[in-house]
Amino acid sequence: MKHDKITKAIEAVSGTVHTNRHHDSAEKHVRGRAEYCDDIGEPQGTLHAYLGVSSVAHGLIKSMDFSAVFAAPGVVGVLTAEDIPGVNDISPTGLKDEPVFPTEKTEFHGQPLFAVVAESRNAARRAAELAKIEYEILPHTLDPLEAQEAGHPFVTAPLKLERGEIEQGFSDADHRIKGQIKIGGQDHMYLEGQIAFAIPGEDDDVVVHCSTQHPSEAQHMVAHVLGVPSNAVTVNVRRMGGGFGGKESQMNLFAAVAAVAAKKWNCPVKIRPDRDQDMTATGKRHDFVVDYDVAFDETGRIQAVDGVFAARCGYSADLSGPVTDRALFHADNAYFYPNVRLRSRPMKTNTVSNTAFRGFGGPQGVVAAERMIEEIAYALGKDPLEVRKANFYGEAGDGRTLTPYHQEVEDNILPRLISELEETSEYQARRSATLAFNKTSKIIKKGIALTPVKFGISFTATWYNQAGALIHIYNDGSIHLNHGGTEMGQGLNTKVAQVVADALQVDFERIKITKTTTEKVPNTSATAASSGTDLNGMAALDAAEQLKARLTAFSAEHWSVEPEAVIFRNNMVQVGQDVVSFSDLVRKAYVARVHLSAAGFYKTPKIHWDRAAGKGRPFYYYAYGASCSEVSVDTLTGEYRVERTDILHDVGRSLNPVLDKGQVEGAFIQGMGWLTTEELWWDKAGRLRTHAPSTYKIPLASDRPRVFNVNLADWSENRELTIKRSKAVGEPPFMLGVSVFEALSMAVASVADYRECPRLDAPATPERVLLAVERLKAGG
Amino acid sequence: MNHRTEIRFLLNGRDVAVKDVEADATLLDFLRLDRRLTGTKEGCAEGDCGACTVLVGRLQDGQLIYETVNACIRFMASLDGSHVVTIEHLRGENGQLHPIQQAMVDYHGSQCGFCTPGFIMSLYALWMATPEPTETEVETAIQGNLCRCTGYQPIIAAAMAANRYGTPANDFLIKEREAITDRLIALRDGRRVVCGPKDNQAIVPSSLDDFADVLAEFPQATIVAGSTDVGLWVTKFMRPIGPAVFIAHLVELKSIALTKGALQIGAGVTYTEAQESFCKEFPHLEAYWDRIAGQQVRNMGTIGGNIANGSPIGDMPPVLIALGAEVKLRKGSVTRWLPLEDFFIEYGKQDRAPGEFVESISIPRASELQRHGAYKISKRRDEDISSVAAGISVTVENGVITECRLAFGGMAGTPKRAAAAETALTGQPWGRAAFTAAGKALEADFQPLSDWRASAEYRITVARNLLQRFFLAHDDQSAEAADLLSA
Repeated sequence: MKHDKITKAIEAVSGTVHTNRHHDSAEKHVRGRAEYCDDIGEPQGTLHAYLGVSSVAHGLIKSMDFSAVFAAPGVVGVLTAEDIPGVNDISPTGLKDEPVFPTEKTEFHGQPLFAVVAESRNAARRAAELAKIEYEILPHTLDPLEAQEAGHPFVTAPLKLERGEIEQGFSDADHRIKGQIKIGGQDHMYLEGQIAFAIPGEDDDVVVHCSTQHPSEAQHMVAHVLGVPSNAVTVNVRRMGGGFGGKESQMNLFAAVAAVAAKKWNCPVKIRPDRDQDMTATGKRHDFVVDYDVAFDETGRIQAVDGVFAARCGYSADLSGPVTDRALFHADNAYFYPNVRLRSRPMKTNTVSNTAFRGFGGPQGVVAAERMIEEIAYALGKDPLEVRKANFYGEAGDGRTLTPYHQEVEDNILPRLISELEETSEYQARRSATLAFNKTSKIIKKGIALTPVKFGISFTATWYNQAGALIHIYNDGSIHLNHGGTEMGQGLNTKVAQVVADALQVDFERIKITKTTTEKVPNTSATAASSGTDLNGMAALDAAEQLKARLTAFSAEHWSVEPEAVIFRNNMVQVGQDVVSFSDLVRKAYVARVHLSAAGFYKTPKIHWDRAAGKGRPFYYYAYGASCSEVSVDTLTGEYRVERTDILHDVGRSLNPVLDKGQVEGAFIQGMGWLTTEELWWDKAGRLRTHAPSTYKIPLASDRPRVFNVNLADWSENRELTIKRSKAVGEPPFMLGVSVFEALSMAVASVADYRECPRLDAPATPERVLLAVERLKAGG
Repeated sequence: MNHRTEIRFLLNGRDVAVKDVEADATLLDFLRLDRRLTGTKEGCAEGDCGACTVLVGRLQDGQLIYETVNACIRFMASLDGSHVVTIEHLRGENGQLHPIQQAMVDYHGSQCGFCTPGFIMSLYALWMATPEPTETEVETAIQGNLCRCTGYQPIIAAAMAANRYGTPANDFLIKEREAITDRLIALRDGRRVVCGPKDNQAIVPSSLDDFADVLAEFPQATIVAGSTDVGLWVTKFMRPIGPAVFIAHLVELKSIALTKGALQIGAGVTYTEAQESFCKEFPHLEAYWDRIAGQQVRNMGTIGGNIANGSPIGDMPPVLIALGAEVKLRKGSVTRWLPLEDFFIEYGKQDRAPGEFVESISIPRASELQRHGAYKISKRRDEDISSVAAGISVTVENGVITECRLAFGGMAGTPKRAAAAETALTGQPWGRAAFTAAGKALEADFQPLSDWRASAEYRITVARNLLQRFFLAHDDQSAEAADLLSA
């Protein structure tokens, strides 16, 4: 009886968990009424800052002459390192290697050296060009290989993961292949660029509106740079126009400059770089050069792997430590390596300091793993999928479940997932058709690949795995929801509100989703590592459960019933034989002086990580997925088209399937872009020449697969006690794009009858594809 | 002088008259900073992301036409006499969302939402003209719009479904068409507009002859037609462009005429306007056309401008040179014709005197003996700048190549004919051998540069292969698929 009532109630309340619901801001988006940082009304007297940057890749700063800057119209002043009242450092991991503005030397082309503050953004921007800076030029190094040869230091401590007997593994094996793959970086190309808007207050106070995934860090950095306690600084963000990791630490510079200028001139100050400066002055996905050495037997089963992962970290550490760590954590992708050694080389280079980007190093590890699979397949003349299957992690007790970092894989669902996708995508028939097509087609060649993803969920910095939420119920029954996560388009606020609607059994519309602010929830973690819903959903649930418990206790007392007789359902509360509306109950509770505000908290259980030993359980669980892509390649030009992609992805028990599907599709396209047309190109002087959408090409609508079948593995349920048994979705599907890369590789391999692995580097631009075709035709 | 000193246009529902409009003032800044119409976003300020897409309605031959444009590189002075429609103006019936907006909500077409207003405007323009589009038509309409979140699938789905939410017949702009037309006609006073400070003056001539007079008075003036290039001089390079003379509205430069011997087009004809006539006369350009920029830029950019700016990587010059186009230059009332290839002297230098302007282009009509090809190679299929562009025209008589014109972009400092390759082909029997020899000869014609778009090796390799592609596409014996991306 009771169960039936509850079931009906769940159906009756709008916007509860496990249901499709559009993004809470969708209507504002389409009306152009969703407010982004640059849309906030500017108080009278608002000033604008613009960065002046270095024009050399490496050099001592001999002098800076601002006389022409000061003489320019509208200029109020110039901000340099000398104006910083606190500490001139915004390094996110505390290595003190990243100044707001350097004082002695510049270490990359485009490095911010000062800011001009003027009455308009246009005036500041134009004046910033007028500074005369003298340098003593120093030699520079741009890529990680050059850096290694030049003896450049690591920007942060490298990591080594080791398990088994590596030497023995190699000496026992039948086959061994050594190779190298270069994997390009990627610009976030969030449509809304970096921006911060600081409004000074009394005493030390400053409020900073900032497009950031990590308001707490922006708060701490601003306080640090201003030399004031964190309680003087408030950072707000209602929404971002995309983040993708690019606003996890890269907003620090802008927040700090706006805040310092605002306090110095006691005026509101906004800073917004143009797209070129955004792309040249802020970090990106790390480029990697991976040297791999893999041993395997006749069946294609891997015996040993030795991998060295050199990364272009840029001039400072930023998040390169955890990024290169995560590359190693994913260098196994879905495969068991009996004997393994993986080492990272986080190289210092004279380029912008690279940073977080969806997948956070994981994708580069996965690409390296899949390259090794390809090598084995071509060497043995096998279908790469067969080699994959031979190497998947096993099941408990079969001795094939231990990762290179000594975590047991306990939740492997790939065998089922892969076999379902293999069937629905008709992989085998289409692979045969592809092989047949290539036999007769001279110019157009096809390729098909089915690749898996296994991605570890949790911040590897264990303390980051905590979250807070704050819920107020006002005495009219309306609910105000706040949590530490930030909204960048992923629908986090929608999902968290669904959790609260479900817990309190009220309509979604009753819940007001508010901006993220450091005033309401302190010490939050970045909305990153796909963790937003896992962490904040749980924290919000905790707050909602507290409120529900208080209301239940009040009701039981007020109506003299047992607490078990108080049931929340369909915007009503059943108390014994009585039914009262949620709003009436709240009103009564208020009058009875029940506390109607609650702070929730959550920390992820089970995880631990000993970096020095390279052992632990850094991940609470894994998310899985697979994709199958078919491509056509024009072997006269290297141009190509993705003909069809089928995806089956695991999000556990989805809180909101339609939003999750949107994440999967978007991530796939972004991953495909990374591996195909998105190319970062530096000239010899160290200038990034692909620095705006005119030169840096992210996928367009016409680049998406001609047939695109995307499904969630609706049978999957997280075996861990996550929020409603769902799984994180932000990053894992990014790596589904690897199937396109491998399908291109197969099409190229066809010109030499699949005898050798084409060893395409990424991104596989039409140029790389054509030159690989020509190389293979010429006999390697 | 009886010049007008303010720019007048309709902004959404209101008449707007703006004084002191400077040459380099953009529509986007006006909307966001002056009018606080913040639904229109700045994503790149170079016309490549579409976040700033708005509609501009203008009268052409008495018809009110609405087109998408990039507000970031659209100058205020060029809007005189037009109707600017922004996202804030969109509405459905009875206070509902507009059909496009509702479809985008229902199909989950927005995630972060920043690109969304731009997409809505592009889809709105598409729906007005083509309420039941094919998937390809949707893709073409949003070639100039970037989304980094969704992967586009839900946006396409929304576009395909929009007409179920409401038809253009009930659309507010369609219903107001007559009233808006009257208001736009009322804005016309036949006067030259001159405004802005001396060093940043914007001049909008009243007619072609007035334009010639303006140039005689200001021979160094920047001529601005579609502003898809000059716009970036301002937003990217912060170069002064004043005094600037705005010519996109001049009807005399908008003529398209098919005479007995040639297709003649005025220098102010946009890609969108020229498409139909060009592709009808030269069907090989059909596939090429959609690869020129994105819809917004095709709506703004002119073929004359693509020539006059002298870029070595413009999409049109190689194709036009191969077709034997000639360009008409005018200074005051004096005009002269020259072969298009002779207009390009060297990188950054064209055969155009101060005060002279490109007035029209003439392309000889195709002969039955000619075989034509037009190819563009770029990193991304759509809305990209070519790494190599090729125009090929070969005349074959009795199985022998009697004449040929091969022109390439991206291979040298100017769009340039491949003289050695042409020599290698001319007089040879039509066949693979001739094109292989011509491909080899390209190395004598070009020493291309390596840059971020392509390496020298790729450029020369692909140029050689394009000759093979042309041969395969036109050879009766060949059964090979000709061109993957145009298929």
